[in-house]
Amino acid sequence: MQTIFATPEQGKEPTQQKSDMKILVCISKTPDTTAKIAFTDNNTKFSGDGVQWIINPYDEWYSLVRAIELKEADPSVTIHLITVGGADCEPIIRKALALGGDEAFRIQCEENDSYVVAMQIASFAKSGQYDLIFTGKETIDYNGSSIGAMVSAALDLPFVSHATKFQLNGNNALVTREIEGGEEICSAALPLIVSCQKGMAEQRIPNMKGIMGARTKPLKTIEAESHQAQTSISNFDLPPAKAGVKLISPEQPEELIRLLQEEAKAI
Amino acid sequence: MNILVYIELNEGKLKKAAFEAACYGGDLAKQTGSTANAIVFGETNEDLSTLGAYGISNVYHVINSATYSFDARAFSKMIAEVVQKQSSDILIFSNTITGKSIAPQLSVMLKAGLVTGAIELPKTSNGFTVKKSVFSGKAFSEINILTEKKIIALQPNSYNVSKGEGSAQVQSMETSSPEVKVKVESVQKVSGEVSLTEADIVVSGGRGLKGPENWGLVTELAQLLGAATACSRPVADVHWRPHHEHVGQTGIAIAPNLYIAIGISGAIQHLAGVNRSKTIVVINKDPEAPFFKAADYGIVGDAFEVVPKMIEAVKKIKQQA
Repeated sequence: MQTIFATPEQGKEPTQQKSDMKILVCISKTPDTTAKIAFTDNNTKFSGDGVQWIINPYDEWYSLVRAIELKEADPSVTIHLITVGGADCEPIIRKALALGGDEAFRIQCEENDSYVVAMQIASFAKSGQYDLIFTGKETIDYNGSSIGAMVSAALDLPFVSHATKFQLNGNNALVTREIEGGEEICSAALPLIVSCQKGMAEQRIPNMKGIMGARTKPLKTIEAESHQAQTSISNFDLPPAKAGVKLISPEQPEELIRLLQEEAKAI
Repeated sequence: MNILVYIELNEGKLKKAAFEAACYGGDLAKQTGSTANAIVFGETNEDLSTLGAYGISNVYHVINSATYSFDARAFSKMIAEVVQKQSSDILIFSNTITGKSIAPQLSVMLKAGLVTGAIELPKTSNGFTVKKSVFSGKAFSEINILTEKKIIALQPNSYNVSKGEGSAQVQSMETSSPEVKVKVESVQKVSGEVSLTEADIVVSGGRGLKGPENWGLVTELAQLLGAATACSRPVADVHWRPHHEHVGQTGIAIAPNLYIAIGISGAIQHLAGVNRSKTIVVINKDPEAPFFKAADYGIVGDAFEVVPKMIEAVKKIKQQA
């Protein structure tokens, strides 16, 4: 890989940030990555039985932690967390507050449709006058990858997706984003919406001080606005089970290659 | 009905995902008795009339100051204008990084229900239902689109490309040129390598390879097979390989024809990203490795002994060919 442009050095923060900056971090609840995927109600609902719920990894490891780093570099930064969901999201948002963030908001809404969720966030963000809105690049349950771009359209704000690095210089952001077959560095003035992925920051574990502090941080519940859903889930289905592995002797890898060519017709 | 397919150019070229989207749009037009047209942004040396052989009737080609670099907001505004002009009802995108950053914008701007990651043609006999993969490939879901206008983002490597006859009518189209607020400062391309999401064959390595110095085995086999290279999360985490090669639940999800996993145990998060591969081959010295349960072919053995022999065997068949 050839570097044409110097990649901004992350972690070091020599940059002059805009002071009193407000960041909104979108937090979503997802099943743990090892959760067993099963469905109920005639395969129309995800079965939460025995499932451990976590903060969507892209929201936590990358977007929230990067926001916290920006606040560590400049304590005048305010971080607000927002989640759209039922009361069962509260343990997740408390965990996010234990990592960092000043205040959290939950919009009471049980809707799964991305459009309805995005409209709630957009409406909240509009009244909050945020300089930056961070989302994860997708949630690991419905894999919609839609919220950031939808909020961008609703608020007519610029949007950079799949960001792997983020730097601030005054009122300007320098963002490295993934593109097909490589990376691109782009710049945009705030306010800006960014969807975050691996590279933005390193995973953190909340410490005891954070966990204790999170208990008393404000968590406000807000009534949802009414929006018509654009989609609905018809049903779920699990992939068919594999027929079973065909084992080949380690002495005969050429037999494997023959099978791949003649039987699987894959090479 | 009137279908509009957004055809993505990658460095001015039509890539596999673009032909998949064209065919998907063309086949949906046949299914619903309508026409599929395409929209292309930016300069290209490609002959866009060839999209006719993939089911496209008209190609609307837009070139202006906003099409030179990618700003999702500006692109969305220009597409919305074309949709208005052509009274399109259904929009098709590729579910690539570009598609993911504009399709949801149009969903809001046009009040059109969106399904991203579609893997089949919609069912249109009763309502409009699109199948997509969810839970990072661990399950499927059928989604009803309830709005009059509809948007589908097609998952790469999920739809067959079939080339027929015909030539599309190419016309240049004017749109306004929205202000570009996200400016591209520089681009780094990993050249000479096969793109991971579009690759037919992927050769992937895990911790079983013991260190980055042993990756020659993976890259040599991949090169011989014309394959892309990938890795598991722990390998990317310790920087043996770059992050963009990480496949799995928190990396890239892929669905190649053939996936060869070397020294990867097959944790559930890894499987989630690769289990839509058509044929899976697992090389691992641990017979208890969970990956064998998800594999079609397997060798229980030491990668350092098995893979060089595989490389020799592939060289032999390539010579015969």
